[in-house]
Amino acid sequence: MDLKKLVEPESIAVIGVSLTNPFNPANIIYSKNHYHYKARTYGVNPNGGSIYGQKIYTSITEIPDKIDLAVLAIRAELVPAALRECISKGVAGAIIISGGFAEAGRKDLQDEVVKISREHDFPVIGPNCIGIYSHPLIDTSFAQNERLIYTRRGNVSLISQSGGILLDLIIKLTQEGVGIARTVSVGNKAVVDEVELLKYFKNDNRTKVIGMYLEGFNAERGRLFIEEADKLNKPVVMFKSGKTPSGLKAVSSHTASIAGDYMVFSEVLKGSRAMEVETVGEFVSFCEAFSYYPKTAINNNICVISVSGGHGAMAADCCYTAGLNNVAIPSADQDKLRSLLSKNIQAIASLSNPLDLTGSTGDDDIYVTTKFFMDKDYVDCIVLLLLPYVPHLSSDIGARIAQLVMEYKKPIITYMPHVDKYGIFVDGFEANGIPVAHSVSGAITMAKGLARRRL
Amino acid sequence: MKPEVKNILNNSVKSGWVLEPLAKEIIKSYGLAASKFVWAKTMEEVLQGAKKVGYPLVAKIVSEKIIHKSDVGGVVVGVRDNNQMLEVFEKFSKLDGFDGVLLDEMLSGSEVIFGSKNDAQFGVVVMIGIGGTAVEVYKDVALRMAPVTKEIAVAALHSLKGIKLLQGYRGKEVVNLEKLAQAVVKFSDMAYDLKDEVESMDLNPVMCNKDKATVADARIILKTK
Repeated sequence: MDLKKLVEPESIAVIGVSLTNPFNPANIIYSKNHYHYKARTYGVNPNGGSIYGQKIYTSITEIPDKIDLAVLAIRAELVPAALRECISKGVAGAIIISGGFAEAGRKDLQDEVVKISREHDFPVIGPNCIGIYSHPLIDTSFAQNERLIYTRRGNVSLISQSGGILLDLIIKLTQEGVGIARTVSVGNKAVVDEVELLKYFKNDNRTKVIGMYLEGFNAERGRLFIEEADKLNKPVVMFKSGKTPSGLKAVSSHTASIAGDYMVFSEVLKGSRAMEVETVGEFVSFCEAFSYYPKTAINNNICVISVSGGHGAMAADCCYTAGLNNVAIPSADQDKLRSLLSKNIQAIASLSNPLDLTGSTGDDDIYVTTKFFMDKDYVDCIVLLLLPYVPHLSSDIGARIAQLVMEYKKPIITYMPHVDKYGIFVDGFEANGIPVAHSVSGAITMAKGLARRRL
Repeated sequence: MKPEVKNILNNSVKSGWVLEPLAKEIIKSYGLAASKFVWAKTMEEVLQGAKKVGYPLVAKIVSEKIIHKSDVGGVVVGVRDNNQMLEVFEKFSKLDGFDGVLLDEMLSGSEVIFGSKNDAQFGVVVMIGIGGTAVEVYKDVALRMAPVTKEIAVAALHSLKGIKLLQGYRGKEVVNLEKLAQAVVKFSDMAYDLKDEVESMDLNPVMCNKDKATVADARIILKTK
């Protein structure tokens, strides 16, 4: 199925706009898209009329424009007839926002939607979803703009089986400085599911990373998903819920009794290029790491450079738990490095990994030390733990360090406390292509992500 | 699927699973090594068979009614001689649905389990685990979609916590991981080939030593149609 016009429409029709209730989901979707997004937006209500001074059409067929996407927010029983009208109009695809299908015991209605869709090769997202966010073209979620946050433009696209979780993930990623490309809430995924979307995102130039919230695949679609994910040269990060066994079935083989649904899921993912994460925090860190380094996979040898012994010790513990190796630094290299350091710290810096350059350090020593290890094959990734309280640290440090990433093609991950006050330090890194975590464990989790990745 | 395999499966539809000696024929036809065995139904056959397999041996009940043999005392390990063999035969012949005795070669080595099942989301998957009967307690297993390549089989084996037990941990015999991985590949091909007929399988244990991986017991559960 071709999803391009559905995800990147130039024109949309919102079916179900109310003439009396401004909080009707269709009205919120209509006005948000009409006023704030680029796609030409039309409202449909069988009674016609107008709202906010705009003409409301009695039927999609009456709209004097080509329509790429229809957004249906009407009672479930009315959906099949509306879909047929969309097809006769030549619409490229539909999003069914409405609930009241399989999730509410009306599998028959959902089956009818599937039948219509398959007969006409007409892609349908949903039902029971918040649809698509694809800046600057559309946002079909029925939350008013003032209830949402401004997102950063970026390269991470999301697929979610829950609309509520999707909006939460967008907020968490944005807070962490991760930019969003597009998001799709698949709801009941009667027609378009994760497999179809992975095929679309494979060819979407804006998408470099795919993050997913999943409860479960439809029957037999897990296998196809894994096959697609293994062919994809973009990282797929997945958070799954519904891990609790749903009661014991009587089974006559050991295998069936040991290998419950979640164990199979988790194990099969381990054998694929898609990456399952355990927590939402890990989800955000992995997405952030790949957002900055979408084509990077590393071995697990990490070098931690800190300006505080405590931060280094915490990072070492996190590395150990994450299965990363705090690489040992040969004593000859320690001596060599020491000779390159400034008099401020030459006698006091601790140069075994994790390195502690101390609070007396400054930009030059951090740069020299980082450069030294960028050039060493035994280091796969450098984690810089920086604190804005260090007097000699300047806001130029991010831009200087970023030059090293460009020169040596080796990833660097930074930790810096994230509060507005230190924004100028954080921006120095992020604006120059280096991710900044707001916790030490977040920084190490990013390195873990890069080490988990298989190209 | 080879015709003889199809034939065995067709004849097993009624009970819903494949008797162990027949299951071993199936796995051998897919190129997996199985323990030397004889299916003997009379006292004479038992004594002749025991001579062929050699003492000490393992005696197992063959019965369509008994899928979990150990639960009913249907497995005797280390049968020493003809006298004990005849005692075992006497005892087994009283068990429900008695259809003979499987005389099985005693194997030494580390115990590994191979399994397969049909998963609703991922289709047929294979499982490998370490630890014999303890596998259900520790759940130290890896699962992958069948069929698997050699590379995937090796990576799956190395994802097991217990892999050290197969690599000569504290003086234990080192297992031939190359042969073990080859066996996993063959088993996964078999599971994939049989996916429309078979619900789940256990090859448990597969006895692994420095030379090879040999299937000592096989259970094949058919799909209910």
